[in-house]
Order: sequence, then C-alpha cells, then structure tokens
Amino acid sequence: MAKLTNAYITFQELDEIILLLNNISDYDLSGYSKSSLKRRVQRIMALEKMDIVDLKNAITNIEGFQTFLMNEITVNVTEMFRDPDYYTALRTEVFPYLETFPRIKLWSAGCSTGEEVYSLAILLSEANLYDRSFIYGTDINGQVIETAKKAIYPLKNIKLYTENYIATTGANSLSTYYTAMYDAAIFNQQIRKNILFSQHNLATDSIFNEFQFISCRNVLIYFDPELQKKVLNLLYNSLSEFGFLCLGSKEKLLYSDLRAKFKLVNRDFNIYQKIK
Amino acid sequence: MTAVAKNIILIGGSAGSYPIIIQIIEALPVYFRAAIIVLIHRNARYETHMEETLTKKSGRVISQANDKEPILQNSIYFATPGYHLLVEPGYTFALDSSEPVAFSRPSIDVLFESAADVYQKDCTAFLLSGANKDGANGISHIDQMGGQTFIQSPDEALITTMPLSAIEQSETSTIYSNQEIISYFRNLT
Repeated sequence: MAKLTNAYITFQELDEIILLLNNISDYDLSGYSKSSLKRRVQRIMALEKMDIVDLKNAITNIEGFQTFLMNEITVNVTEMFRDPDYYTALRTEVFPYLETFPRIKLWSAGCSTGEEVYSLAILLSEANLYDRSFIYGTDINGQVIETAKKAIYPLKNIKLYTENYIATTGANSLSTYYTAMYDAAIFNQQIRKNILFSQHNLATDSIFNEFQFISCRNVLIYFDPELQKKVLNLLYNSLSEFGFLCLGSKEKLLYSDLRAKFKLVNRDFNIYQKIK
Repeated sequence: MTAVAKNIILIGGSAGSYPIIIQIIEALPVYFRAAIIVLIHRNARYETHMEETLTKKSGRVISQANDKEPILQNSIYFATPGYHLLVEPGYTFALDSSEPVAFSRPSIDVLFESAADVYQKDCTAFLLSGANKDGANGISHIDQMGGQTFIQSPDEALITTMPLSAIEQSETSTIYSNQEIISYFRNLT
C-alpha cells in the first residue's frame, strides 16, 4: 500500500505553519478555509520536495520564501467574461443604474491576473460609460498584479475568452480590443486607460476609496465565516449609497445584519445593491 | 434540528454512472445516520437539473452543497459543477475554484482526500463508472486514513477506465457488483 508522502500534513501541522507565519511575517492565514489551504500547502511541499521541517525552516530562514509561499497559496484561476450571463446581467440590471452616477468608480477585489478588470472595461466602453469610469484592480498576490498591468494574455486562452464574450452578446468582436502577435494578445490602450492595479490584502488592509460598484467573486469561499463577515463589512463600508456588490455565483450574502442593508438585484449571480 | 453527520458516504462517478446513482437514491431508507455526498462530473456550462429531477423521483430534498454549510445526518448533497468540493474540520463544506484536477472540477480526488482528512475511519467511498482516472488517488488516500472504499465492478460499470485505475492503485478496496452496491445503501441505518 502506498504510504502517505512527505508532503502530507495534518490539520495540526497546518495550524503550526499559520502560527509561525503570524509570528514572523505580516501574513495572516488564520481566517482561511482550512481544507483548501491544506491542499495548497501540500501542493507546494510536493513541488518543492519539502517535508514539514523543511517548510518551517524555509519560512523562517530563506529570504523571499514567505512571499513565494503566499503567491503559490492564493488561487489565481480566472478568465475573461467568466459566467457570460453574469456580464449580461450587469449590462441589463446594473448599468442602467450606474449610468445615473456622474463618476463611476469600480473595484475588482481579488482580480488575479486582471481578466475581469478588462472585461468590465470592455462592457463599460460598449455602454458608453467608460470615459467617466475608473476601475481599481487589487489582489493580495503582487506577482499576478504585475501580469495584470501588462494586459498580455496567451493566445490559447483568447479562444475561450472570445466564446465567453460572444455569449454575453457583446456588440463587437473581442478582437476589436486587442492586437495579436506571435502567441499572445495585448489589450489596446483604449481599454487599458482608466485602470489602476495595486496590491491589497482583504484580510488585513483597510478601506482605500469609495466605490459605486464592487466585484469580489470567488474570493470569500477561501475564508471562514468570521473572515467572510469581516471582508463583507469592509466591502460594505467601501460602497457609496446605492452602490452595487457582486459576489460569486456560490457566495450568498447570508449574515443577517449585513443582508438587511442590501437589496437583492440578481439571485443567480448574487448581485446586491446597498440600500442603507 | 438535524444533527451534524459523524460519518460520511461519498459517491464519485463520471460517464456512465448516472443510472446506478438513480438506483442508489431510490433504494435509500427514509432515515440514515450518515451524510451522503455525490460527485458526478458534468459540464458547468450546461444546466442539468439533476438535483430537481432526483428530488422529484425520490421525494426527498437533494440539493447542491453550499460553501460553509454544515454537513448533516440523513442528507444527500451533490457537488456543484465548476467548483471543487472540500470538507472543513468543523464538518462543513468549502468550495474552491482552483485549477481542475485530472481534468475535472469538481474532482473526485479532491473531495475524497479532503473528506478522509476530516472523517478518517468514518469516511466511506464508492467509485463508479467513468472515462478518466479521477478518484484513484482519492480511494487510496481514504484507504490510508483508515476509511472503507468500494469500487464498482468493471464487469458491470458502463465505462471501466475509472474503476480499473482505482483498482490498480488500491490494495484494500472492495469490488462490488451493482447488486451489492444497491443493497449496501438499502440497508443503511
């Protein structure tokens, strides 16, 4: 029978790693979902051929390892126009309201490599709202933020993005917005102009602006209920009156005190509007 | 209120597993102590209405597992398409949208491994028909954590790749005929 590999850790050992990081770094993983976190840590240990002793040693002694670990732990799976029907819902149910704001500030919280930010920019541009919009894209992972800033994506991903875009019943062809060269596509200045990417940690950093629209999709699932509440409060406090909050399709706003402050706009995609 | 389940029965299946999953659900007694979690590979892009259909057929509520929802006795949960399904130490579910494993999200390996870490010897799993190798690592991890594993007999599985890969990797798993699988569920207490 196959033995458990050296990369296997128990929940108790996972807690030891969380505690170690809390003591010697600025990273706080104590509010993360344990099962998911354990898998990510084991994956890194397997790739780096480390056991638990090696891992603790590296966290303590190797310069830059803490950042590397955090970048590898965070999930960076994303696509342009992921859940096309969500974008259709934005256009039909959210944009008519956003239109009434003189300036529209949007925040994509946990934006990973930026695909969602550029999708929003395209959608806003097609609704003639982009010139008075500004989108902030933030992520805990500094490495993905650098990728996001470049707006260059592998051509092999563009096929899926194009299918998604068509499914949102977009007005143009996706290729209107990028230039393809060799095996990559770069998005045009016209789409990139009103965007700022920066690093922000939802678990530990605070409010940095007031927004009319916040999208935080498939981020809360990585947190335990306590941290979910804390982050939702941060998002709530970052919204202007009648601003919109969009969560992942499996992330319902459950906590009753917060739920009462929002109106449900779209049940399938968990789109909410702040009403008090 | 229904109590949290202290033992869990996992069912993993892919292509060709739906017919026997229907039979399993129809065979279940009114009450059983465990929680049953079903993971069938299906494309997140298309609505299948599997849960609604089975709810109607069986007359009991069958729903998709929600993030951070407690895992309760006498309940049947289906894994949500497009997300990995994991089990938290406090007997709740967690969803995860990280990379597919064995070309699958949800992946049977991810569910089985994470459920075994929490439920250990109180984790039982069934691996059914399927056309890829997802589930084989999960089965052997449950074996190592002291749980019980059953694999649908390749003689009866509609597609044998999945059962065969798991059988190759596991030494302690039991091979069950369709009849044995169904009577296991019929006799649950």
